[in-house]
Amino acid sequence: MLVTSLAEIPRGRSATVREVAGPRAFRRRLLEMGLVPGTAVRVVTVAPLGDPLRIEVRGGQWSIRRAEAAQISVEPGADRPGRAP
Amino acid sequence: MTSAPGQPAGKDDLRAHEERGRARPQIILAGNPNVGKTTLFNALTGLSAKVSNYPGVTVDRRRGTMTVGSATADVHDIPGTYSLHARSAEEAIAFDAIAGLGGAPAPDVVVLCIDATQVARSAYLLLQCQELGARCVVALTMVDEAKGATPDPRALGELLGCEVIGVTARTRAGIADLVAAIERALRAERRAIWRWTPDAPLAAALAQVRTALPAAWIARPRPSGAGAGGDAAQDTEAALALWALTCIEPRTDQDDGDELEVPDSLRTAVLAASGEHALELDRPILARWAWLDREIPPLLRRAPDRSRTERIDRILLHRVWGFGVFLAVMAVVFMSLFAWSSPLIDAIDGGFKSLGEALRGALGAGVFTDFLVDGVIGGVGAVLVFLPQILLLFLFLGFLEDCGYLARIAYLMDRIMRSMNLHGRAFVPMLSGFACAIPAIMATRTMERRRDRILTMMVIPLMTCSARLPVYTLVIGALISGSPLVGGLLMIGMYLFSVLTSLAAAWTLSRLVRPLRAKRLPFLIELPPYRWPRMPDVLRMMWGKSSMFLREAGTVILACSIALWALLAFPRELPAGAPDYAAQLAAAPDADARQALENEQKAALLAQSYGGRLGHALEPVIAPLGFDWKIGVGIVGAFAAREVFVSTLGIVYSVGGDADESSEPLRAALRAERRADGSPAYTPLVGLALMLFFALACQCMSTLAVVRRETRSLRWPLFLFGYMTSLAWIVAFVVYQGGRLLGFS
Repeated sequence: MLVTSLAEIPRGRSATVREVAGPRAFRRRLLEMGLVPGTAVRVVTVAPLGDPLRIEVRGGQWSIRRAEAAQISVEPGADRPGRAP
Repeated sequence: MTSAPGQPAGKDDLRAHEERGRARPQIILAGNPNVGKTTLFNALTGLSAKVSNYPGVTVDRRRGTMTVGSATADVHDIPGTYSLHARSAEEAIAFDAIAGLGGAPAPDVVVLCIDATQVARSAYLLLQCQELGARCVVALTMVDEAKGATPDPRALGELLGCEVIGVTARTRAGIADLVAAIERALRAERRAIWRWTPDAPLAAALAQVRTALPAAWIARPRPSGAGAGGDAAQDTEAALALWALTCIEPRTDQDDGDELEVPDSLRTAVLAASGEHALELDRPILARWAWLDREIPPLLRRAPDRSRTERIDRILLHRVWGFGVFLAVMAVVFMSLFAWSSPLIDAIDGGFKSLGEALRGALGAGVFTDFLVDGVIGGVGAVLVFLPQILLLFLFLGFLEDCGYLARIAYLMDRIMRSMNLHGRAFVPMLSGFACAIPAIMATRTMERRRDRILTMMVIPLMTCSARLPVYTLVIGALISGSPLVGGLLMIGMYLFSVLTSLAAAWTLSRLVRPLRAKRLPFLIELPPYRWPRMPDVLRMMWGKSSMFLREAGTVILACSIALWALLAFPRELPAGAPDYAAQLAAAPDADARQALENEQKAALLAQSYGGRLGHALEPVIAPLGFDWKIGVGIVGAFAAREVFVSTLGIVYSVGGDADESSEPLRAALRAERRADGSPAYTPLVGLALMLFFALACQCMSTLAVVRRETRSLRWPLFLFGYMTSLAWIVAFVVYQGGRLLGFS
């Protein structure tokens, strides 16, 4: 299984969260938003200046900076299509 | 108690209300941001809503009342949040309100808004509330948007263990049912519901921390079944202990006013417990999500339709069209503040001037008349003159926020703003700073974090506000060049200069000033679906902000205006050896001569006033910048508002206080001014130094008053004044002295 970071996912593609790294407060904030392992996430677009990314998680959309997306390891492709849009 | 007659009240309610000595049930409205909470709040409370501030932090506090059965209940709208496990003083508001800590009355019912299009995410907050033993009622919002995707309220209610009522606040559909459900919940028993079981190390740590919980936290109404109806560890106190374990961190030396305030004994206990047990505090989060992911999806009939928002975003976030629309929206905001508000501003200005003149005519000359006209009426005018821009800016902000575009602006601008360590949402406040710093500083409230807000407030006053323009126009016209082309280019130069300095200041301050350093928290901004704003909500927000400005900052500005008036009006003595103006005035041959004499007398009085003496006293400090005491008096007067510099100079130069920036007599007087050695006092170089001084100095008491109010501290306005004025002095010094060394005069 190929694991990469969310920052590497091309726009329009989905992935599945494997692990969230980073400092404690940062990590827990993402987890509480529902970015827990197993969650499908899609990179919808990239902002015109290349950063941040617009991602879709659990039916909602968020703006997340590339450097922060790099802390989220993902597996390309959604393994739970039920939760993917 | 408060329930309808004949219906028995829950015992713990009676006790709780007696303890508090108040008869009203307390209802809290909680939920994620962007779930229609404010609309619901307005629908529940009608016209009773009041906006104020939470003590110590800059977060709007909305309260109102509603009728439940035959009783009146207090409704508190707490800030939207995704989790109760806060890490900053401001996020702690939601936790304190729901847990009943920090002096807030313990809520009798928590009405939790769950977005029908994002049930699982909204329900996460509900699970945390239930762990604390709050009596919850769910208002299922956005039902009209979710349409067929809306889960069945009854099935959802059975799963969540509380009543679920579908509401559409704009049409009031479901509101009556919600009120009835709140009434039933008031009589229900409190019980803590945990959907997961702590592992052994966590259970041990929870038990240990529980013993250290402050007595005041435990003296709240207890869930009646606590300890009896299940695992003894899983009740309200355990939830409080879990909060403490999750959120309390070792004290850092960073005093940024952003830390949670907890008793030291609790902090010690938490740190001891975390040290003794190998805790994995991500587990509770994962456990809640595991429950939600198992239970919620079977209830959802299908995914909500986001295609309309997606279609709009394809244009508004497009790399070309997106910026085009963005520029157009910003141009409208800017023009409205800069140009379209001026008729209103002029009307207020003119109205207060004529009111003052009418009063002067009625009362006759005298100190008291001067006090009323120049001090009080002038001061009230100085406050009200900000209202048109504040109303307009918050009209736009409310509209942009509610329709979902403000979050997109942050998304589009983040890359640029971040390079200066500014928040993407700082863009609109900084742009508004070109019109006036007062509404701009108030607009920093659209950012959630204190650090982001304060950093933005510290750089907004550097933007070229419209009050600087008369100063620049006078200086350019009188001292530098009469050519419209050169004047125009210089003016553009001053605008560019202000943009560069404010960005450079943000970059520098965020590195040098510890509380302004960036924190490693995720910069996540929700991009909510586009929704058509509800105008009553927008207008209500606009009025709430404006009235808060009048109440809190307005009073300070008024007091400062009166103080400044007194400084320039007293002691009303003419210097020794001054001519007898009264006699000369009586003998004046015509109106022109009388006017000239009056102007001369005013100039003599001003020179002798405390403010005039202050100008003299300032001379040694500002002489290295090429300024004399007359400019010093102007700088003192400009503290009321920068454009007052012009009229103060008008008085100093005996051309009358109604001189404006294009007044030819004033320009001529400036050009004619000579130093002791006969050389011109004001050269183009002095003019340039003066413009740079005004570009950088914090010459505005209203700005300082608003910063004081928005930061709830004296430290930040003093810091702002200190750093801007020092910067202004240094830059003017370098330019003036450097220019002279290079041979410019």
